[in-house]
Formats: sequence, structure tokens, C-alpha cells
Amino acid sequence: MTARRIALTVNGARHEAETPVRQHLADFLRGTLGLTGTHLGCEHGVCGACTVLLDGRAVRACLILAVQAEGRSVTTVEGLAPDNGPLHPLQAAFCANHGLQCGFCTPGMLTTLAEFLKDSPDPTEEEVRVAISGNLCRCTGYDSIVAATMEAARALREARA
Amino acid sequence: MKPAPFAYHDPRSIEEVLDLLASLDNARLLAGGQSLMPMLNMRVAFPDHLIDLNRVEGLTGIMEEGGSIRIGAMTRQRDIEESEVIRARLPLLAEALSHVGHRQTRNRGTIGGSLCNLDPSAELVAVATALDAVLEVQGSAGIRELSIHDFPVGFMTPALAPEEMLTAIRLPVPPAGHGTAFTEFARRHGDYAIVSAAVLLVLEGSRIARASLTLGGVGAGPLRLRTAEAMLVGGAPSEATFGAAAAECAGIEAMSDPQAPAWYRRRLSAVLTRRALETAAARAAV
Repeated sequence: MTARRIALTVNGARHEAETPVRQHLADFLRGTLGLTGTHLGCEHGVCGACTVLLDGRAVRACLILAVQAEGRSVTTVEGLAPDNGPLHPLQAAFCANHGLQCGFCTPGMLTTLAEFLKDSPDPTEEEVRVAISGNLCRCTGYDSIVAATMEAARALREARA
Repeated sequence: MKPAPFAYHDPRSIEEVLDLLASLDNARLLAGGQSLMPMLNMRVAFPDHLIDLNRVEGLTGIMEEGGSIRIGAMTRQRDIEESEVIRARLPLLAEALSHVGHRQTRNRGTIGGSLCNLDPSAELVAVATALDAVLEVQGSAGIRELSIHDFPVGFMTPALAPEEMLTAIRLPVPPAGHGTAFTEFARRHGDYAIVSAAVLLVLEGSRIARASLTLGGVGAGPLRLRTAEAMLVGGAPSEATFGAAAAECAGIEAMSDPQAPAWYRRRLSAVLTRRALETAAARAAV
């Protein structure tokens, strides 16, 4: 009753592991699977640092139990770009535009924006600000994150054209 | 591990949920988890049993039937916000949803979860009240219907028996020639509103045939401004009429909390009500 064995897909690879039923998905990803790219800030759904994609949709991993991800597909920041391959256009644009300083909020920013740009490939700056309204950053002041996102959106559009 | 220990149940059918509710003590239903999970993580809530509704069949979907739109209790807020039928027939609901949390929370949060959580400033509660929603509640004795106006019985307390669950919500579609608007003031986009206003106006010619005004965030539950509504009906949709109706907010009972004192909520109520009335009238006239 207190633990369950679950199977799920994380970044394209199938994983099977036992988890306490009360463990949230972010702790499962970090502690059980060793994927520490997903960061934990507030652990009550305010800061957005733990955002991952669940079947393609951005969700807060601290507000989902690991057992709820049974049979589902999860993408973390580690899954945005292939190992040893080129960075995801968002990651490249964050580097080029000083979109991160301490980097704590970055995994949540990137996963949130990855979903957002898929749905809104040609956003306005205002739309980008609304999209990241659920992600707190305490260093860069958001301007450079917005600039990076606009650049990434351009790059993604050009890559598709 | 953030939450206190609990036994986890993930039933597949409504019948199984009802059986669990009837047989377990200190059980909580887990819908989208965007309020209950924080409460578990902070150990504000510590149920012995968590009944997860996320794999239950038959609780999702948006259907138009007989002048109403029926939404399954576990339908995600994001799916409602982006639904073509909701945008066309109940734009007030879509407009309010853009203020509910953030994309990441709306991807999980459900309409039924928000209604049952009954946060005083919840946008969906205000909209359901403005649109005279009917709730479908299921228990071991069968299904009963409940008006949204009888749903809140106190601070964050819905009129549900411990062995009952909300399964769907029905929203009557207002007649053609109506206009709606949702306005709110929050410290940041996506935060809980300090005050919100949901307005529905039905115009017939140059007169107001029907008016519905609801405030969220001012008290323990949503507040329908019946007196102001009565003042509007029969009048012209003019600045003077709207100003007089909004002025009724000066007399409402409002709560004080660390975010804002009562007088500030009353003042916000008047401003937001007037703005919502003006926007709703402009949309009705188009």
C-alpha cells in the first residue's frame, strides 16, 4: 500500500522502479532515476522550477505523484536535446542572450517554453511574458529570458521553413 | 517525502469511487491536484486515503445538449479554455480561465476540482455563479442536481456529503444578443484575484433585458449582486446606469486579509463591476 512499482517513459527511455505512493514526480525523477536537471524550489506549485512535460504538456512535477505518471511519457530538461548533440534552440538562445545567471529556474523555463513555442511559434513579447508568468527567476529580471525566447522562436521557425 | 503517509487508490469507475468513499474514513478525492497537492506537501491536509480520480472513466468531456453545455468534472482547465464550443457559446468561461493560475497549472487543474475546492477568489466559482450553473452530484443513492447558489455552505466548504462526488457541471447558454465580461485585479497575472467580477448582460433593443453580476474574492463565497441586477434590468446600457449599479458595491460586506482591507475590496468591486458592465455591453452590441 505504501509503495508501488511503476513503469513510465522518461526522455524516450522506458524506466521501471519502485516508488513510495506519496513521493511526487520531481523527487522520483531526481532521487530514484538520478535525473537532477529538474529543480525543486518551493514544492507547492508556485515557482515553476520543477516543470516537466507530461505527454507533451508542461506540468509542475511537485504537484503530481510519481504513481500518477505510470504508463505516461515524461520529458525533462535532459531530454530537450540529444546527449553530445547540439543544444535545443531555446538552450542555445538562452546562452547567447544571458537568459540564465544562477540557472536554478532554467530547467522549468526551458520546459515551459518548449511547450509554449510548439503551440505558439510566432509569439509577441507580451505572450512570452504571460507564458512564463508561472516561473520565478530571481537573477536575470526576465528581459533576457524574453529576448532569448524571441530568438529561439525565430530559429525554430526558420528551421521549419 | 513531502506529504504525510496515506493509502493511495486509483479506481477506474465512478462506482468504485463511490464504494471507496462509502467505506473509507478520512478520504480525500484527488482531481487535478493543483490545490490539494500543495496542501499535502505543506501538510495542511493529511488524509488517510487519497482517491485519485485521474483514471476514472466518464468524468471528462464538453457537450452541448438542450440549451446547456455539460462539462465533466475532471475536464482539464486548458481543454475548456481552448474548446471551440466554449469559446463560441460561453466566452465568459474562456476569458476567466486565462486568469486561472498558469498554463502549467491549467494543464492539470480541472473544473470540478476548482469548484469543490471553493477558494473564495476562484474565478471558476464566480463564473459558475454568474451563469447559474447546475451541478451533478453522485452518491450511493444516485444522482442529484444542485444549483451553484446552494453549493457553498461556508468557507471552502461545498454542500457535498462525505460519500458524494461532483461528476459534471451544466452551464445554460445565454440567449443571442448577450455580452459577457470577466475582470479581476491580482498582484501578478495568475495569482488569486483580490477581487474579480463576472458579468452577463442580455440586451433587447436599447434596453437591458437581463443582468447577472457576481463578485469573487470579497467574501467566503461568490457574491451575486441581486440589488444591482434589479437596478439594471429595464434600463439603458449607459454610463449612468452602470455607474449607479456599480455604486451598490459601496454597501457590500467584504473581508479583510493580509492582501487587502475590506474598504479596498469594496472600492475595487465598484471599479471592476463598472468596467465589466461596459465591456459586456460593448460585446452585446456587436
